[in-house]
Amino acid sequence: MPQEHIRTPRPSGTPADPPGGSGPAWGGPALGPDSAATARWRLRLQAAGPWLGLVLLCIAGTLLNGDFATWDNAMNVLTRTAFIGIIAVGMCFVIISGGIDLSVGSMAALIAGSMILLMNGIAAQVGSPVLTVAIGIGFALALGAIFGLAHGLLVTKGRIEPFIVTLGTLGIFRAYLTYLANGGAITLDGKLSDVYSPVYYGSLLGVPFPIWVFAGVALVGALILNRTGYGRYVQAIGSNEQVARYAAVNVDRIKVLTYMLLGVCVGVATVLYVPRLGSASPTTGLLWELEAIAAVIVGGTALKGGEGRITGTVIGAVLLSVISNILNLTSIISVYLNAAVQGVVIIIVAFLQRGRR
Amino acid sequence: MKFIPRILVTLAALAAGVSAATSAFAQDKVVMGVSIPAATHGWAGGVVYWANRTKGELEKAHPGLQVIVKTAGSASEQANQVQDLQTVNKINTLVILPFESAPLTQPVAQVKAKGVYVTVVDRGLTDTSAQNAYVAGDNPGFGKVAAEYMAKAMGGKGNVVILRGIPTVIDNQRVDAFNAVMKTHPDIKVLDAKHGNWNRDDAFKVMQDYLTRFKQIDAVWASDDDMAVGVQKAIDQAKRSDVKLVIGGAGSKDYIKKVMDGDKVVTADVTYSPSMIADAMKMTAEARVKGAAMPATTIIPSVLITKDNAAKYYVPDSPF
Repeated sequence: MPQEHIRTPRPSGTPADPPGGSGPAWGGPALGPDSAATARWRLRLQAAGPWLGLVLLCIAGTLLNGDFATWDNAMNVLTRTAFIGIIAVGMCFVIISGGIDLSVGSMAALIAGSMILLMNGIAAQVGSPVLTVAIGIGFALALGAIFGLAHGLLVTKGRIEPFIVTLGTLGIFRAYLTYLANGGAITLDGKLSDVYSPVYYGSLLGVPFPIWVFAGVALVGALILNRTGYGRYVQAIGSNEQVARYAAVNVDRIKVLTYMLLGVCVGVATVLYVPRLGSASPTTGLLWELEAIAAVIVGGTALKGGEGRITGTVIGAVLLSVISNILNLTSIISVYLNAAVQGVVIIIVAFLQRGRR
Repeated sequence: MKFIPRILVTLAALAAGVSAATSAFAQDKVVMGVSIPAATHGWAGGVVYWANRTKGELEKAHPGLQVIVKTAGSASEQANQVQDLQTVNKINTLVILPFESAPLTQPVAQVKAKGVYVTVVDRGLTDTSAQNAYVAGDNPGFGKVAAEYMAKAMGGKGNVVILRGIPTVIDNQRVDAFNAVMKTHPDIKVLDAKHGNWNRDDAFKVMQDYLTRFKQIDAVWASDDDMAVGVQKAIDQAKRSDVKLVIGGAGSKDYIKKVMDGDKVVTADVTYSPSMIADAMKMTAEARVKGAAMPATTIIPSVLITKDNAAKYYVPDSPF
């Protein structure tokens, strides 16, 4: 596996470096059989952390309100998680590669607004509403990829810190949406809205479409991360960029691709989001970036990069929505303290899956 | 402007000490700075629209008047902006809709101390001596009017859920007034009140969870037209027919249109119009150009919009 050739033990870290989900192939000379077994056990415990948190939370939710454990509620929660979850899968790649993207919420808002304006604009010429929506969807995905490309190029060729690049575009994207919306809301025309709404509200085998898409994106993401050369390069770059470079990895290309992947994920999330309300406003996607980053980190990915898990990210995203769902289903705590409860749960789950330093 | 509610209720006595200063200024050119929050949500977008529109109207009507409109993204940015308006733009009149009351009281007081005439809109400063005049919407009335209409429409009995805005004094005043009216109707039960943050998406989620939790909801007070959008989508999705009434608030053009067209569920709306900035600008301009006195406090009442009067409040050009 190329990954083992690229990776080197970090000088300051402990040698218990978990090999990015692809099995216990690590065999550093300094590692005795005992410590390897302990490390594996610890790794398993860490991976179970978010699961454990989610299970405990679900038990608490059921005890507090019987309606929590119903099929409909589960579908509601998973459907509304889909946006953040899909973005978080892309974000997982960016964070593993050692980058960050703060702009995803604004990007989603701008893509949503642009695609609505486009669809409203071309509806008359195109004629068929279905085709119009299809063009809109294609446009949203392309726009996401282009924004991602811009981020990637600014980070690699422009050599600007990703934090600053995406902090800049966070402002740019949202300001442009506000400008396009004239400060109000951009609303999809009624006819198109009817054609498009099944994408959010429709379901297959009793499971709403956004959940299928979410599951598909997560599955593909996990395969790319763990089963392809590209996935290993992403982890290698995040682990040690210099070494990856010496190992003839085209670091710039991989990084640009990673930002584009996230951009496309934002595009997919937006495609699912727009039919929900059929509108975009300056509050669309507000703070999604923090939720997506939190989902990734709660799910056991290191903010400093190098390693991460897609399953953990998915669980992390679900966990975050379950917290607010439970708070909405009960009134045992003052509404003013909702954010505090969320904060406490996030910290506890992070504690459960705490890794090496 | 026929669509602006002209009924202004004067609560306090006329501003003291205005006359002497204003008549001296009246001969000079009036430079009016207008400082408002940026268009971060629908209502604020309406404020920006009305401010710019009124700027054009006022400058046309009064050749000696210059209006400078500035938007700010945060309280601290607005504080800097107020200083810049005074030192760089040399304003002698300020109309400000403060982001938050406390952080802007000091900056506004300093500007006033330098001889600028200050009209504060919507959110009062913590120290009222920092303002010459105050123009505001009626927040308790906003809750009261909605609750009275709702109680009557429900025939005095049933279950109500509330969606609150962002935790602020404004939101508290509205919700307290709403609950006070509902207390006088013993057969109406307010099931819960959670924050939807004046945001469509948050309101959608809160309403979904209300629908999961409560099997019988007769009416929803969404307390904002943006939130009402999310609420109605959630009700449609759950295919629930028990919800007979959804009342938003603030009077967005889409919801006024619904009321006007005789929507089955949205039968009324309550004004809290962003055009209050236009009223404040006009009143201030009158006071400054003609030297007339301006009332210390002007409350623009929250009015019930029903099918009968909706056309009067419908402004298709406005973004909100």
